[in-house]
Amino acid sequence: MNVTVDWTACTGHGLCAELLPELITLDEWGYPLVQGVPVPSEAVRRARRAAADCPVLALKIRRQHS
Amino acid sequence: MTATTPVLWYASQATGVVCLVLFSAVTLLGVMVRLRTSLPGLPRFGTVTLHRSLSLMAMLFLAVHILTAVGDSFVNISLLDAVLPFVSGYQPLWLGLGTVAFDLMLAVVVTSLLRARLGHRSWRAVHWLAYASWPVAVVHGITLGSGSGHPVSGAALWLTVGCVAPVLVAIAVRLYLAARPSAPTTPAGLLAASGFPATGVPATGAGARDLATTSTRNGA
Amino acid sequence: MTISHAAPPLHRTALPRLLPPAPADLRAHVELHGPLPSANGLVAALRDAGLSGRGGAAFPVHRKLEAVAEAGLRTGRTPVVVANGCEGEPASGKDAMLLRLAPHLVLDGLRLAAEAVGADRAGTTYLAVERGSGLRAVLESALAERGQGRGQERGQEPGQHQVTLVEVPPRFLSGESSALTGFISGRPALPRFPQPPPRERGVGGAPTLVQNVESLAQLALVARHGAAWFRAVGTPAEPGTMLCTLHDAWSGPRVMEAATGTPLRRLFGLAPQGSPQAPVQAVLVGGYHGSWLPAAALDARLSAADLGVPLGAGVLAALPADRCGLVETARVLRYLALESAGQCGPCLNGLPRIAAACTELARPEAATRRPGLLADLARWSGLVQGRGACHHPDGTVRLLRSALTVFAAEAQAHVAGFCRAADATPLLPVPAEAPQEGAA
Repeated sequence: MNVTVDWTACTGHGLCAELLPELITLDEWGYPLVQGVPVPSEAVRRARRAAADCPVLALKIRRQHS
Repeated sequence: MTATTPVLWYASQATGVVCLVLFSAVTLLGVMVRLRTSLPGLPRFGTVTLHRSLSLMAMLFLAVHILTAVGDSFVNISLLDAVLPFVSGYQPLWLGLGTVAFDLMLAVVVTSLLRARLGHRSWRAVHWLAYASWPVAVVHGITLGSGSGHPVSGAALWLTVGCVAPVLVAIAVRLYLAARPSAPTTPAGLLAASGFPATGVPATGAGARDLATTSTRNGA
Repeated sequence: MTISHAAPPLHRTALPRLLPPAPADLRAHVELHGPLPSANGLVAALRDAGLSGRGGAAFPVHRKLEAVAEAGLRTGRTPVVVANGCEGEPASGKDAMLLRLAPHLVLDGLRLAAEAVGADRAGTTYLAVERGSGLRAVLESALAERGQGRGQERGQEPGQHQVTLVEVPPRFLSGESSALTGFISGRPALPRFPQPPPRERGVGGAPTLVQNVESLAQLALVARHGAAWFRAVGTPAEPGTMLCTLHDAWSGPRVMEAATGTPLRRLFGLAPQGSPQAPVQAVLVGGYHGSWLPAAALDARLSAADLGVPLGAGVLAALPADRCGLVETARVLRYLALESAGQCGPCLNGLPRIAAACTELARPEAATRRPGLLADLARWSGLVQGRGACHHPDGTVRLLRSALTVFAAEAQAHVAGFCRAADATPLLPVPAEAPQEGAA
């Protein structure tokens, strides 16, 4: 599972960085810097929540088929 | 379903008050999410979570408020009046406002539960109905809240003011910030903010658009 | 797999292949190239030919056709084909030239591609050009020659192969695939979140093939003459010819068709190495999302493998030694910043700041006063790269980084307070800017 950002929707609310600090930090303009690594298993629930809670639904969950 | 004591009636009044408080808090929190305010001691996602949790709790109390009003035999309110406004036997206008508020809020809540499926734009269009639902509910509460056919007064009125005032202030702040231009939102605006505005800078260099002659050479 | 050789035999290595000496009407086109061939075996021929896209991304054409055809079968939706003639890059003129001189070759390619992916219903083929390019009239008359009237006037139903001409707003990003399919679908011409991509869900939600007009013209030739003919010129890894737009200080900008592998020095018509005539300081390869290379690149050949950088849409510029590469780059970066769609936070915030900083760097009196300039540019470049709905920030950063590498000595001079250039004449074309209304 990976998280990606729909950049056309993101307005830099920053909730995702609060919920997934190990994967997401905020840049100097408030936009998320997402590491391209798969979501570790202990963070999966928080990742789903971050995607559901994003005020503009910009955070997307992608299931990877390798 | 008949009650000889007005327990259900009092329950409906009480849950109505709780609904006023909760829905006012929910509306206030909704504006705060939009304004990116943090509540003290809570991370920003706490504002969203609180908004959602309180709204679901408020719907629960609203359900009890409606069912006890329907179940009570003191006044003539049927289950149909819960969804169809302005046709009840008891106070059709003011009760009808409550029905309208409930219908709108139902749409808001259902679309919010299906938010990921609907997509952000459709969801947001319906969510705006919340700004219509809340004031309608407040008027319903003011006119029917005393249970005696007169508008609320005394402590109940002050409670209503205490719920309404913060929400109005929040909405006023929201409107003010929306009207006032803040950070530039276009590339041209940002370039201007960095000190290099577009002042009709003319074209430079020889354009490649209208090459009239065919200057093809074999590159072999 | 046999390809019909109904076309008159062309010498295998004769050039040019795409561009006739004068605009070719339908009669001249058929005389030159023969009638429209069948699309049977086209995808296999394209695979053997190794034709890659000529719109900038150089993606193998046969794989695009296969992907769209497969998506059409899987989803049950009739695919759509869009010929992309939206040449948003100011320095590129090849698509306009091709459409003026050989519109029927492009239209043949469009028709063949449509057949190959199964876009066999009316209203599934489009040809897109920029508004104000003057190409509409040329293309309408070409379509009329092919028997495509204005449909309703003659009481006919639109034919299965009717091509819909679309004019897009003249912006740099209008030709980006998702922006183009979005515009045809009725939305603004702005890039979209790339999942699902246009080849899955494009125009009207149908799988859409977006192909550059030059790619389609090359495709039309492969269909006639086969893979071996296509590979007779060019390099094995990047076979065939490509259209290039050349800019230098000694002739006006010009479009050339050249076989890949041609030495750049020969393309520019420059004297052999070591000659004192008109020294070149650096070469821009790949246009405004491309890379600056040192002058030694002139001795390399026209191939991405040889040059080590992508060729993009074939824009090449030779910067004379007496110009300032930083001033040229700053002007282009400013244009690229203004052309940002402004949808994505990092691009919207980063590109104007990068452009402003590079403009400061290009002015020695400003560069001396900003000690953190290069550090800011490096940081912002890292912040915009890969963080957007399209590759506009990535291409912009590629141009910037190559400029800072190739013109490093110039940058140091600017920071020290002086510029070594003697001539301030701009080389690279940048359109005029509209003045900002009521600056905030």
